[in-house]
Amino acid sequence: MRFVDEFRDPDVIARTSDEIRRLADPGRHYRLMEVCGGHTHAIYRFGLKDVLPENIELIHGPGCPVCVLPMGRIDDGLALARQPLVTFTAFGDMMRVPGAHGSPLEHKAKGLDVRIVYSPTDALKLARANPDRHVMFFAIGFETTAPSTALTLMRAKAEGVENFSVFCKHVTKIPAIRAILDSPDMRLDGFIGPGHVSTVIGCRPYEWIARDEKKPIVVSGFEPLDLLQSIVMLLRQLKEGRSVVENQYKRVVPWEGNRAALVAMAEVFDLRPYFEWRGLGFISQSALQLREGYARWDAERVFSVAGVRVTDPKAAQCGEVLKGVLKPHQCKLFGKECTPEHPVGALMVSSEGSCAAYYNYEHRKAAAPAKVLTPA
Amino acid sequence: MAHGAGGKATRRLVEGLFVPLLYGPQPAADGDLLSDAARVAVGDTSVAITTDSFVVTPLVFPGGSIGELAVNGTVNDLAVSGAVPVALVTTFVLEAGLPSEVLVAEVQAMARAARAAGVAIVGGDTKVVEHGKTDRLYITTTGIGRPMAGLSLGARSVRVGDKIVLSGPIGDHGITILLARGELDLEARLSSDTRSVLPLVEALAGAAAPGIRWMRDPTRGGVATSLNELALDSGLAIHLFEEAIPVRDEVRGACELLGLDPLHIANEGQFLAVLAPDVADQALEALRAAPGGSEAVIVGEVREEPAAAVLVTTRYGGSRIVDMLVGDPLPRIC
Repeated sequence: MRFVDEFRDPDVIARTSDEIRRLADPGRHYRLMEVCGGHTHAIYRFGLKDVLPENIELIHGPGCPVCVLPMGRIDDGLALARQPLVTFTAFGDMMRVPGAHGSPLEHKAKGLDVRIVYSPTDALKLARANPDRHVMFFAIGFETTAPSTALTLMRAKAEGVENFSVFCKHVTKIPAIRAILDSPDMRLDGFIGPGHVSTVIGCRPYEWIARDEKKPIVVSGFEPLDLLQSIVMLLRQLKEGRSVVENQYKRVVPWEGNRAALVAMAEVFDLRPYFEWRGLGFISQSALQLREGYARWDAERVFSVAGVRVTDPKAAQCGEVLKGVLKPHQCKLFGKECTPEHPVGALMVSSEGSCAAYYNYEHRKAAAPAKVLTPA
Repeated sequence: MAHGAGGKATRRLVEGLFVPLLYGPQPAADGDLLSDAARVAVGDTSVAITTDSFVVTPLVFPGGSIGELAVNGTVNDLAVSGAVPVALVTTFVLEAGLPSEVLVAEVQAMARAARAAGVAIVGGDTKVVEHGKTDRLYITTTGIGRPMAGLSLGARSVRVGDKIVLSGPIGDHGITILLARGELDLEARLSSDTRSVLPLVEALAGAAAPGIRWMRDPTRGGVATSLNELALDSGLAIHLFEEAIPVRDEVRGACELLGLDPLHIANEGQFLAVLAPDVADQALEALRAAPGGSEAVIVGEVREEPAAAVLVTTRYGGSRIVDMLVGDPLPRIC
């Protein structure tokens, strides 16, 4: 399959892996953070740890949009679902995320109208088809999904669809990276930059990371070879003492981003003064809200939202894992109280969450002999 | 809903509630308790018996329909338990107001599938429930079969070094249904793989009966769930070679787009077999020579470690654990 198979070619991967071994100083331990949940998922799914030398450690950053939402926001959204005649819609990722009183799927099982949509435009379609109901879309995600929410709202406004609203919990990538870099317990050598987010925002917004923080950052694709090549590019910079923004994912990411998407976002959203992130606390100007012109479609204004603060279960160490301070299996609850079947924290729910990725793909592997198998 | 998705929750429901209350605490005398069909002694002979309900939406999809599925599903459960289907009985639950032509078409589909599989439908029951109390049409089929000679199947027969054979490409049915629901703006030239696997099982049994250790049709929960059950029941490790697993481009593409794993997607016309290493090659040859078996392939082997787990390895040296499905597969957003 084009654009997939060539990025999983065993020979090229072996050569790239060799190059990583050549570039990595054996006396040095490298800590590289990927700040995109898609990368975390890919790293585990493709078993990339198996082809990297031991002194290259990949730290999983706060890249899973479901995981960074505090439980209270889930409860707020589900409180809206309990309003009469409301249809609750969200992406599949959201469906198993536990709120204090159960997940969206558990609410559906109790008879509430909870539906999975694949795009916010599907939610708008649902609103048009069901004029006697109010269709609310629980919007999550970084700049990757925010443009489609914006375009959907522009369409709803243009068409005057009145029984539709968006519960906007979009967050932005850059403030999260800044919070990570400001965190005193975090020592990083460089970043694997987000691929999908960068298709929208481009590469320029990362320049301060290279210039002021002196950390190299390489925007990367999601195939095994993309990630390995990005690691090569990071190691080269580190070896040469450089720190710049580089774009490995040129086949998809334009340096300047996607102007049309940025224009749509600017039309519909402005920045919240502050927003609470799970594990990272309150971060100023790190999330999006609907502008005045879209108040009519803003679920927070159409309904009254409690804004409840729910503390995470005490023993759960989601925050430390989200920041990359702890590995998933180092959390006290991992694999015991907290499993994909009975998730305590959101990191165990979304397949982009580092706990679920680790549990699904890595957990129990320790006992396996590390050898390459060949098909019979 | 997760309890019906065929993965972990289903297993927990069956093992935690149905088995202790309905079957009793004593372990099965032979074979696996949770295999696709049970064995009961009737006089001097042993009979295989199984039952399955079909609630698929939409009723008709590319490559098949609920009626065909209802026959093939039970035929396949019997076949992979090592039995030749003899007779089926069926139950219809109809929603009041179901157009008669829909019912006629599905009954015709059942008759066609039964003829093709060489099994008789010998009885049935019909219930009609109020409009809105069911989703148009549910069909249950219960089948009995005659055990094939020389076969002794079960997870406990599986040994380190055994080979794992898959009868053909995976994921066609699940992805076809996902696309046929029309909720995704995706189209693909793809149809369900629903068919009777009996001829293939017979070809395999004819070539290597004593060397066949275990068989299963990977329906809900996909290949990953079936092999995880084998890993748990045997305590052994199942190593799969990712590149060897046949997946059509249409299925791969849809899975890449939606963030799904083809190993978790349902099949209705494929089966997995574990074969003793000394018979694997000749058995595979016989399977490939049978009509509909040309795409059969060895996809992995049984090892000791990691115990009770399924490990997928790639040619470039990466590896990952593949767990049972938890709930239904949900698409990822980014």
